[in-house]
Amino acid sequence: MLVVTAYLMTPLVAMLDFSTKIGRGRRGIFAWRAIFQQPDLLSAIGTSLELALIVVFGVFLLVVPTIVWVHLKLPKLRRPLELICLLPLAFPAIVLVVGVARTYMWISIHLSESPLTLAAVYLVLILPYSYRSIAAALHSVDVHTLSEAALTLGASTGRVLFGIVMPTIRAGVMSAAVISIALVLGEYTIASLLNFQTMQVSINLIGQQDASIAVAVSLGSLIFVFVLLVILPTSTGRRTNVLEASE
Amino acid sequence: MTGSALRGAGHRSWRRHSAYLGVIPFGVLVLVFLVWPTYSVVTGAFQDSKGSFTISTVKAVFTDPEHITAFKNSIEVSTITALVGAILGSLFAWAVSTGKSDGLLRRATLSASGVLAQFGGVMLTFAFLATFGFNGFVTSFLTKEFPHSLFAHPDWLYGIVGLCVVYTFFQIPLMFLVFLPAIDNLKPQWREASSGLGGSTAEYWRRIGLPVLAPSFLGAALLLFANSFSAYATAASLISQGSIITPLEISTALSSETGAANAATAKALGFGMVIVVAVVMTLYTLMRRRVSKWEQ
Repeated sequence: MLVVTAYLMTPLVAMLDFSTKIGRGRRGIFAWRAIFQQPDLLSAIGTSLELALIVVFGVFLLVVPTIVWVHLKLPKLRRPLELICLLPLAFPAIVLVVGVARTYMWISIHLSESPLTLAAVYLVLILPYSYRSIAAALHSVDVHTLSEAALTLGASTGRVLFGIVMPTIRAGVMSAAVISIALVLGEYTIASLLNFQTMQVSINLIGQQDASIAVAVSLGSLIFVFVLLVILPTSTGRRTNVLEASE
Repeated sequence: MTGSALRGAGHRSWRRHSAYLGVIPFGVLVLVFLVWPTYSVVTGAFQDSKGSFTISTVKAVFTDPEHITAFKNSIEVSTITALVGAILGSLFAWAVSTGKSDGLLRRATLSASGVLAQFGGVMLTFAFLATFGFNGFVTSFLTKEFPHSLFAHPDWLYGIVGLCVVYTFFQIPLMFLVFLPAIDNLKPQWREASSGLGGSTAEYWRRIGLPVLAPSFLGAALLLFANSFSAYATAASLISQGSIITPLEISTALSSETGAANAATAKALGFGMVIVVAVVMTLYTLMRRRVSKWEQ
């Protein structure tokens, strides 16, 4: 265990060391301060954060309601839905790019050139993870009885979905959201091959000129997502579901 | 009376079908960004520039020595990192599982593993450049202490060996995440029963522990294989010259501007990758089914 921990920790320590080095054995936070003097990088970070936000909204408003809807009303579609949601696992991102390249060419000509259009393909990319955590949460409570009770008491379908079922499976929804944020912020393959400037693409670009800034941003974002993973599940008051999500 | 019965039936069938309306937005998303790309890759691999059926592209791609070498490299890297990652990751999971079940150590390792396994990519490259690169942490130390050792000359980082080392870094946490539940599922009663019947620790592991864990272990190793086989970001940011593994070849075929023939090459290579991953993932699902027997 010590060996493994050492193997996993050394690069992280090295990153700290590397990013605070300013030559001839002196240290300083120069590289960390330089992050804020890179307008391209900052705007790319902004783009990535916006993308993460849109994808999380997509999970809340589209993916979760659809999975719940199928679970409640269309049991026949349950197997096909599961199959579709797991399909991206068998489809490496690099191959998915080959498939969507044409679509994105069309989108950039006819609709918009904004990198935020990436949100759509990211939503597909995160399906396996969000499906797993939401399905697990759905299995652990009796949503059928709950929703029937609510309908009998006169609640609208929307109210049942967003007011009753979603809060009940909150833990699953939250872990789906967290994993989505981590994946979107870390995604490089699709963004770089479709020529969009997201955080990862920008880090890679900067790394070719000034490695210490790139290392500083990398370490910073690793810590950011780590904190996110620690805080978010506990704020919902439930045990972390990262396990089910990534299995 | 017949009328109202009919209307009732019509109403019911409308209600039954209207439920399908709810899945339309999701269906459109999946159709455009998942089903259509899949279809286009698979059929595109078998089309010539005019759109008629041909197997010449696929044939050309899989007889070209360069593509074959890349494919072999990809499989080699994935196999090595899956095995090393699976072994180290499972030992790590076992070590953590002996600790408290909701202790701080466990939560911290779970979150850290989540970050390292899912978030990796480009940042891992920089982590390793900072460690083993020309001016890195370990390299500077080793150059000072052992100027003639292998690590003092960090060229190895930018080739197959480097890929294996960096990939293993995200394979271990992934194995940990996937394998920890399996270890948690080993019931303490089994161990008690075994020692109650006079079995030693070694016998417990040989007769009960390992056979129960074996399918989970194999399944997780398959998942690790698929994971590293599909990885692109790390390789792309680490290796700037030459396409030594298939994902890099695909990106070269996609981004070079020498004509439309390359799109077909990219699709053919992608098709090859999908087949490998699909086989691995099918085996994985079969393993999972065996595992679920023990998870009651």
